[in-house]
Amino acid sequence: MQFLRNQLDAIEEKVKDNKYLHTTFDAIHTFLYKPNHVSKASGGVHIHDGMDLKRTMFMVVVAMQLALVFGMWNIGHQHYAAHGMMQGLGEGLFTKFLFGMFQMLPIIVVANLVGLGIEFIFAAKRGHAVEEGFLVSGMLIPLIMPPAVPLWMVAIATAFAVIIGKEAFGGTGMNPLNIALLARVFVFFAYPTEISGDSVWVVENAPNFINSMLGLGAPAGQALVDSFSGATPLALAAKGGWSNVLSQYTVSEMFWGTIPGSIGETCKPAIIIGALMLIGMGIASWRIMLSMIIGAAVMGLLLNLGGEFISVSMLKLPEANPFFAVPWYYHYIMGSFFFAMAFMATDPVTAAQTNTGKWIYGFLIGVCGIIVRVMNPAYPEGWMLAILFCNVFAPLIDNYVIQSNIKRRLARGH
Amino acid sequence: MEYINIFLRSAFVENMVLAYFLGMCSYLAVSKTLKTAVGLGLAVIFVLAITAPVNWLFRTYLLEEGALEWLHPSMANVDLTFLTFIAFIAVIASMVQLVEMIIERFSPSLYNSLGIFLPLITVNCSILGGSLFMVQREYDFGEAIVFGLGSGFGFFLAIIALASIREKLRYSHVPPALRGLGIAFIVTGLMGIAFMSFMGISL
Repeated sequence: MQFLRNQLDAIEEKVKDNKYLHTTFDAIHTFLYKPNHVSKASGGVHIHDGMDLKRTMFMVVVAMQLALVFGMWNIGHQHYAAHGMMQGLGEGLFTKFLFGMFQMLPIIVVANLVGLGIEFIFAAKRGHAVEEGFLVSGMLIPLIMPPAVPLWMVAIATAFAVIIGKEAFGGTGMNPLNIALLARVFVFFAYPTEISGDSVWVVENAPNFINSMLGLGAPAGQALVDSFSGATPLALAAKGGWSNVLSQYTVSEMFWGTIPGSIGETCKPAIIIGALMLIGMGIASWRIMLSMIIGAAVMGLLLNLGGEFISVSMLKLPEANPFFAVPWYYHYIMGSFFFAMAFMATDPVTAAQTNTGKWIYGFLIGVCGIIVRVMNPAYPEGWMLAILFCNVFAPLIDNYVIQSNIKRRLARGH
Repeated sequence: MEYINIFLRSAFVENMVLAYFLGMCSYLAVSKTLKTAVGLGLAVIFVLAITAPVNWLFRTYLLEEGALEWLHPSMANVDLTFLTFIAFIAVIASMVQLVEMIIERFSPSLYNSLGIFLPLITVNCSILGGSLFMVQREYDFGEAIVFGLGSGFGFFLAIIALASIREKLRYSHVPPALRGLGIAFIVTGLMGIAFMSFMGISL
C-alpha cells in the first residue's frame, strides 16, 4: 500500500495547481485515503490506516467489477449463442458486451433507485446520516439475479430486503441477515414460477428498445437453435449426474464462466481475483472462505462415499441419486460457490465476529450448502439458503466462543 | 435408521416453531436473554420427550377404539377417543409440574427467571402439537420418543438462535414502534425463511 501512497503523493505535486485535474485527483484520493486520521506510534494502541465504512464499501464494489463486466458480456454471449449467432468466444466481443450492458444497466438502476430511495427516506425520517452500506447491496442484488429477471421484481425484492431486512433493524450494520440474499430469496419464494426453471438464465427475447432502437441482439422473431436448452449445470446435474452435465458443458467452460447462470456468478477467475483483493485489503475474512471450502469438500466427499446409502436408506429413493456421485471438487465450479464465498458469506455484519466463530461459521455454510444443493430437490442451488441459515446462528456461535474464551482464561488464572 | 430420519426431520425440516409456528408465546416471551432461553429450551426438550411416549401409551392402551380390550373382552367396542385432548393435557400438566419441581430444586435462579412461563409450558401448543402429530403420523413407541426429542431439539435450537440475535439487537437502532415483540416477530419470520433451506428434503 505504501507504493500507492507514494504514487499519489507524486501525482498530487503535479496536479494540485491544475484547475481541472485537481478535483479528479481529489475524488480518487478521497475514496482511497480519506479519512486519513492516523495516530502516532507513541506506545499503546494506534491506528495505521483510518479505513472507514465508505472506503470499505467502495473497495468491495471495486472487487466486484470484473465479475460484473464479464457478466455483461456473458448475457450477450448466451443470447447470441442461443440464436445460433456469433458462437465463437472472440466474435462480436463489443456487440455482446453492449447487449449485456443494456440488459444489465436497468437492473442496476432500479435496484439502486429503490434501495437508495428508501434509505434516504428512512434517514430523513429517523434523523441519521445516509450510510454507504447500500452501495454494496445495490451492486450485489443485480449480480445475483438471473439475466431475464423482470424489473418490477427487482424493485419489490429490493424494497422488501431494505425495509424488512435492514431499516427495521436500524440501518447499515445492524441487520442480522444478508440484505442481498434476502432480496434474492424473496424473488425465489415469492415468484417461483417466473423465476426458476430453465428459461430465466438466458435472455431469449431481447427487450424492444434494445432490438429496435439500438439494433442489438437477434432479430425479433428469430427462432432459437434446436440444441439450446438454457439449463444450468446444476439443473443438469440434478437430472442425470455429472455425465449429464458434461454432455452440454465442458469443465473449462464452467470454470471460465461461458455458461448460463445468475449474472455475476459464472466467471470463477474474475470472482477469485475479487476475493483475493478483498483478502489483501483485509476486508473479507480468509478464515470464512477457507473453512467454507473445507466444509464443502467434506460434505461433498461424504456424499460421494455414502451416496448410495443416503439416497436408498435415508431418502428412500429407489436407487442412488446420480447427483450424489458428482466428484466433490466439481461442486466448486458449478453454480455460485465462489460468488457466495467471496461476497456473501464474508459480509462482516452478518458473519460470525470471532476468529474461532468464523471457522465454525464458514464450515457450517460449506456443509449446509452442499446438503441443500444435492439433497433438496426443491432448490437448484444451496448457497443462498445455507448462508441465511448460518447468519441466523452466527450470533449464537459467537456467544459460545466468547463464553468458552472467558472460561479458559478464568481457569488459567488471569 | 428410521429413528435418525425422524429426529432430523422433526428438528430441521418440520421445525415446530419455524415451520409450523407452534409454541410462539413462550418462544417470543422467554427469548430476551440466552441463559433463560437455554433453560426453557431444555425444559421443553424434557417435557416433549416424556409426554410424547406417555401419551402414546395412554392412547394405545386406554383411549383408542378397542384399546381397552386388554382389561376385559367385553370392552372391545368402547371408544374413548373423545377424551384425547383432556387426557393429553392432563399428562402434559403433570409432567410440567415435575419439571418445575426439578428446576426449583436444582436451579432456583433459572426458576425465578423463567417465572410464569415455566408452568405455562403446559399450554404451550408445541407440546400438545407434538402429541397430536404423533397420533396423526401413527408413530410407534420408539418413534414417539425420538419424535419428542427431535421436536424439542428443534424448539431449543430456534429459541437459542432467536435469543442470541435479540441479545445482539440491543445494540441496534430499532424504530421505537418496533422495539420488543415487533422486531422479534420480524426476526422470527426471517428465521423461518432461513429454515426453509431444508424444506423439501423427504427424509
